[in-house]
Amino acid sequence: MKFIYQTWWKVVAVLLVFSTLITGLLLPVPTLPILHETIRNLYFHVPMWMGMLTVFVVSVYFSIMYLRTGDEKHDLAAVECVNTGLLFYSFGLLTGMLWAKYTWGEFWSGDPKQNSAAIAFLLYCAYLVLRNSIDEEQKRAKISAIYNIFAFPIMIVLIFILPRMTDSLHPGSGGNPAFGRYDLDNGMKIAFYPAMLGWSFIALWIATIRYRIRLIENKRNAIN
Amino acid sequence: MKKLSFLLLLLLSCTAVFAQGDPSVEMDDALRSSGKIYVVVTTICIIFVGLAIYLFSIDRRLKKIEKGK
Repeated sequence: MKFIYQTWWKVVAVLLVFSTLITGLLLPVPTLPILHETIRNLYFHVPMWMGMLTVFVVSVYFSIMYLRTGDEKHDLAAVECVNTGLLFYSFGLLTGMLWAKYTWGEFWSGDPKQNSAAIAFLLYCAYLVLRNSIDEEQKRAKISAIYNIFAFPIMIVLIFILPRMTDSLHPGSGGNPAFGRYDLDNGMKIAFYPAMLGWSFIALWIATIRYRIRLIENKRNAIN
Repeated sequence: MKKLSFLLLLLLSCTAVFAQGDPSVEMDDALRSSGKIYVVVTTICIIFVGLAIYLFSIDRRLKKIEKGK
């Protein structure tokens, strides 16, 4: 776990995202009807989901590790990853709603992608509620680890699979091609990939900070 | 360090005063070209750099606390 105390990857993450702020806003983009300049949202809206996904994957890893070892630290890491993931989840939902307002016409049009994203959001909120409802520490850690492991694939199915099987306004759904198919040209990749990578690491960074604070709090509570 | 950054902030804050000139006079500087998009880019960059510095400072404070234990 020495990795989380190192600085180099945090600097890399900041530089990556910083570069996309400039390239993403200034480099030429394909001119498409309806989308117009909002196509640049691709560099900021999608990486929020990537960041969320990264910390949720890490969270599942630590939940599995908790069940294997019973080490309390793994449980704390899993929770803080979910907490950070929910922050990025909210960013993703809010930026998606704003983008939808100016391309689909409504903030919330009951689109399958939006609805299932909202359901998956509640799924993860339930994880936090579940944790807070159990007083006994080991029981709480074990039950919430199992819940987390099951919540993750359900979230993936809800957000990334089910909406694609029906008609949705969101790119990548129901015969509605994703950006990658026809307009993520090489010019856009220059900003898109660094954004995905950079924001993932920033999400991870915030999660590690939360985890380290949690460790100190935990130690303090144990002594008293 | 804290005083220094505060001073820098105060010094930078007066750039806003210089920016308010006669609106009829079109100044030909980079930040005013192509629909003033560069102003937006700079704003976002300032916010992001600020947030990054803030995160780094939290990280450093945390490191100090961790070493103190």
